[in-house]
Amino acid sequence: MSSSTTRHTPDRTEADLAIRVSHMTKEFVLRHTRSMKEAFVWLVKGRKGDLTAKFTALNDVSFDIYDGETVALLGFNGSGKSTTLKMISGVMNPDSGEILTREKVAGLIEVGAGFHPDLTGRDNVYLNGAILGMTKEEIDAKFDDIVAFSEIAEFIDTEVKFYSSGMYLRLAFSVAIHTDPEVFLVDEILSVGDEPFQKKCIGRIKDLVRRGKTLVVVSHDLGLVMDICERGIVMDHGTKVFDGNVYGAVAHMRNQPEEDVRREHEEGLARALEDKRRKREWQAREAAERGEQFVPQYDPDLDGPLAG
Amino acid sequence: MDIQAPTTHLRPPGQDRGLRDVFANRFLLRLIVDKEIQIRYRGTVLGLLWSYLKPGVQFLVFYIAMGVFLDLNRGIENFAVYLFSGIVVMNLFSEVFGNASRSVVANGGLLKKIYLPRQLFPVSNLLVAFIHFVPQLAILLLACFLTGWHPGIKQLLAVLVGTLIISLFSLALGMLFTTFNVFFRDAENIVDLLIMVSTWASPVLYMWTMVREKLWDWVYYVYMLNPLTVAVELFHYGFWFPTTDNPQIWHIPPHLLTGWTPLAIVTSLILYFLADKLFRSQEGNFAQEL
Ligand SMILES: Nc1ncnc2c1ncn2[C@@H]1O[C@H](COP(=O)(O)OP(=O)(O)OP(=O)(O)O)[C@@H](O)[C@H]1O
Ligand SMILES: [Mg+2]
Repeated sequence: MSSSTTRHTPDRTEADLAIRVSHMTKEFVLRHTRSMKEAFVWLVKGRKGDLTAKFTALNDVSFDIYDGETVALLGFNGSGKSTTLKMISGVMNPDSGEILTREKVAGLIEVGAGFHPDLTGRDNVYLNGAILGMTKEEIDAKFDDIVAFSEIAEFIDTEVKFYSSGMYLRLAFSVAIHTDPEVFLVDEILSVGDEPFQKKCIGRIKDLVRRGKTLVVVSHDLGLVMDICERGIVMDHGTKVFDGNVYGAVAHMRNQPEEDVRREHEEGLARALEDKRRKREWQAREAAERGEQFVPQYDPDLDGPLAG
Repeated sequence: MDIQAPTTHLRPPGQDRGLRDVFANRFLLRLIVDKEIQIRYRGTVLGLLWSYLKPGVQFLVFYIAMGVFLDLNRGIENFAVYLFSGIVVMNLFSEVFGNASRSVVANGGLLKKIYLPRQLFPVSNLLVAFIHFVPQLAILLLACFLTGWHPGIKQLLAVLVGTLIISLFSLALGMLFTTFNVFFRDAENIVDLLIMVSTWASPVLYMWTMVREKLWDWVYYVYMLNPLTVAVELFHYGFWFPTTDNPQIWHIPPHLLTGWTPLAIVTSLILYFLADKLFRSQEGNFAQEL
């Protein structure tokens, strides 16, 4: 199993650890409903055997995640990815094994989990912000940004139940992305809203990566995962089957050689970049024909990261 | 790497420190309380006025049934004040107990997805209940002044201590049953049953003397062990007693202030301690059971 190699410090120390999961195991009870009769028979027979069937959702999973790492958690449905994130965020406890994390871990397990339909958008921003660990001062300071990012300023004092589902997700995502934790846990929420908004969200996540935030992403969108993450962990039926470079992880998922995956992805990236450049040239020409001055919109892929 | 000692800047996630965490999250607590109030009265014209109306009607019903039909009116001086000071206590108890018992299941959607101090939910119900308690207290005070209330410092203290006992006792029971409720939804029905019985298991609609006269001695002692009985009697002592003209006929249970009250405080504290322990030992399983 190859160890992860990232552009960050190759010789990392204990002090740079953000998450440590060691020998995490979790069993779930499969059948919850038990009738009185069953329970009675079980008691009378001297409580022999298990009343309920058990199911091992996570089996001896171990990994370390360091500060500034971007990790994709991959695997098929039911392989235990969401359960792993819930363990890391503290929603669930493992049966055995140990999990350690930094102080401020924000789980974007599901956008809008703390939203209440009967409150206004404004109240929901405050409530959800506080649930995600923001203080009053932080929310006050970021409120305008949050609303601006969601682009639903007109509706902010309307009750959320009158929002369209996309608007609701926009606001929820906007709150979540404005929290400032040390570690972000993102579970399958990058597909919110319409296409322009999705692009904006992904851009925002990439921003976080550039600023050196630690990120753990669960997603079935392998192309997107390769855009964002450097490292990939593949889960299968509750065990870790691969941990290493994200291309290797995707290759493992697709059953393809790693080189092919890497080449395809890099070609795709180059194509997208070329498209963007061509679009900008075209815009510049259009502007010149109209006799206007062309100021290109900032794009980190074309212009490099902003200073500061 | 696994054999190395755990690093010091990391901590296990989801460590709950009980009330201390609730206090550290005051801002969130306030928002949750605001939310509860807003949601309860959404779309109502009268809003918080309902918290005056409901106890008012409840009082009238009991007053007519017990005071007029059963003639307790003539048996107990200022029966209206007597009745209402007990009802106020029971309302506080049943609201905290009832809502706190449902709080974890009711907020299951949130608890399953995001970690936050889970005791916030039962505690927020205590605060919401207080918001409804204050208007009732105001009505009670009005009635007291109309009947010539002249309390001393001891009476005021009794009311304060009574309120404390009720808060602690109902929150403890709420936390206990909200934990049961996650695993067995039967708990909700048991809570309803207990609330129904509790009004009759303490001297709200009758006087404590009836228990001592009509039943065996040991029943009386068990009766007095109930913190609810003590709290109700403390309220009677604080509100109703000072409005009566000949206090020598009416007396509070012997050793109420010196014996039963400290005992009720200790009982409630122990219960709270146990409930907190149970809640915290089980809360790690809430997310997967809900
Ligand atoms: N509370 C629970 N009780 C019982 N079983 C559970 C519980 N939560 C999860 N499981 C089981 O654990 C397994 C892993 O679930 P998990 O949600 O982690 O999968 P996942 O990898 O996130 O899948 P997906 O890609 O579909 O999101 C599943 O088989 C699921 O049925
Ligand atoms: Mg999942």
